[in-house]
Amino acid sequence: MDGYNSHEMVIVAEKDNLHKVLKFVDEHLEKIDCPMKAQMQIDVAVEEIFVNIASYAYNPEVGKATIRVEVNEDPLTVYLTFIDDGVAYDPLKKADPDVTLSAEEREIGGLGIFMVKKSMDDIQYEYRDGQNILTLKKKL
Amino acid sequence: MNIVKNLEGTKLVIALEGRLDTTTAPELENEVKQSVENVTELIFDFEKLEYISSAGLRVLLAAQKIMNKQGTMVVKNVDATIMEIFEVTGFSDILKIE
Repeated sequence: MDGYNSHEMVIVAEKDNLHKVLKFVDEHLEKIDCPMKAQMQIDVAVEEIFVNIASYAYNPEVGKATIRVEVNEDPLTVYLTFIDDGVAYDPLKKADPDVTLSAEEREIGGLGIFMVKKSMDDIQYEYRDGQNILTLKKKL
Repeated sequence: MNIVKNLEGTKLVIALEGRLDTTTAPELENEVKQSVENVTELIFDFEKLEYISSAGLRVLLAAQKIMNKQGTMVVKNVDATIMEIFEVTGFSDILKIE
């Protein structure tokens, strides 16, 4: 298919592998001259989702995650898909933090997925055949 | 990430270089905890900070809570992309940004 490409990485879902995952994603973003701001937003999204999988999907065991980067060139759009075989977890169901509270009232947590929701154009979650499949869409 | 500290009396400047993320945020958290005991003025210099994720925001929130009890905290030289993250997350209301 013209103007469309897909790359996949399978990696042990551990926080120590975060930089390998980001390097893989960034390589593909750089190929399409992704603007710096969008690249940082995508990197933050990848970090938040991957670290979530690393922290919770298989806890206390360790398992694998698949990260797929797909680029659609017209209109230029990046799709990032995260697949794991861990416990079913829909991050979209997590309540948004109250961002109007003072420092003293603010809770630690819930911020990561909220940042992803705010910076991506679309997020789809499904649980199918024992797998969590989360796809982020970012228009460039 | 590099953490450059400069303490003058009770004023501490922490300049960050690189990426404040899940893997580096614990280093900063330790530095803050170890360094702020007698500090009344804490300044974060973000001029060379390239990236911040929620793990970094958590450390800033924890630092702000400490400084609310003992002095002031300011974040300086925040670039537009990081500023947008502060705005989206409401941190622009919590932090004093110069």
